[in-house]
Amino acid sequence: MKDLYENEMKLEFLSKSNNEAFARITVAAFAAQLDPTIEELSDIKTAVSEAVTNCIIHGYEDSEGIIKIITKIYHNTIIIEISDTGKGIENIDKAREPLYTSKPNLERSGMGFTIMESFMDEVNIESIVGLGTKVTMKKKIKLLKKESEEELKNNLLFT
Amino acid sequence: MNIEYDNKDKLLTIKINEEIDHHAVEKIRRRADYEIQRYMPKRVVFDFNNVSFMDSSGIGMVVGRYKLISMLGGELSMINVKENLYKILKMSGVSNIIPIKEAKI
Repeated sequence: MKDLYENEMKLEFLSKSNNEAFARITVAAFAAQLDPTIEELSDIKTAVSEAVTNCIIHGYEDSEGIIKIITKIYHNTIIIEISDTGKGIENIDKAREPLYTSKPNLERSGMGFTIMESFMDEVNIESIVGLGTKVTMKKKIKLLKKESEEELKNNLLFT
Repeated sequence: MNIEYDNKDKLLTIKINEEIDHHAVEKIRRRADYEIQRYMPKRVVFDFNNVSFMDSSGIGMVVGRYKLISMLGGELSMINVKENLYKILKMSGVSNIIPIKEAKI
C-alpha cells in the first residue's frame, strides 16, 4: 500500500499557539511540490490553521499536548490528517454547523469547520470523547496554468 | 500594529502588521480595545494592507471590535483587504455588516 503514495511527511509539535503559523507554513511548503496556485496554497494554509487551532483550544483546552500532522501526496491530491489526543467532540454534527461554537466567550466565530469544508474538497472528522479527534482533509490540486517558480518561491517565503 | 488617531475627524486607524490567527488575536484585541476606549472615536478603520493571512480567529476578533465600537456609538470599516481575507470575510457574512472600503478614506 505504502508505495502508492508519492510522498509523505509527519510532523509532531506541542499544542502552543505560536506553533499555528509553523504548522500551516510547513504543510504549505510540502504542498508546494504539487505546483498549486497561490489561491490553493492559501486555502490549504487556512484549513490547516483552523484544524490546529481547534486542537489547541478545544482538544487540549490550552493545556499541553501533542498535535500530529501527517501529509500525503497521491497523484495530484494532498491528504492532510491532523490529530490530537485531547478531550474529543461530543456532537460532531453540531460542531460542523456554521456559527456554532462551544466557546463564544473566547470570541470564537464558529466558522472553523465551515472554512475547512469550503476550502478543501473533503473533510472527515473522527472523534472519541476522552481519546481525541482526527480531522482528515483532501484537496485536489488542479493542473491548470502553473505559477512561475519565482512566484511560488516568493509566495512561500513571504506569506 | 500601528495606531493613528485623527482628532479632527475622530478617526482611529488600526494598522495590523502580522498574520491574524488564534495566536495573534489576543494581543491585537487587547491593544485595539485599549485604543478604542481611550480615544472614543467616531470612526475606526482596520487597515489590512500588511496582513497576508487570516483565519476564523480574525473573524471573531473583527466582530468583537465591531460590537464594542457600535456600543460606543462609532462605526467600523476595513481597508486594503486582500483576496484571501475577503474570501473568509464574505463566507462568514462579516462583509455584510462591516463595510470594506477600497482605499484610505
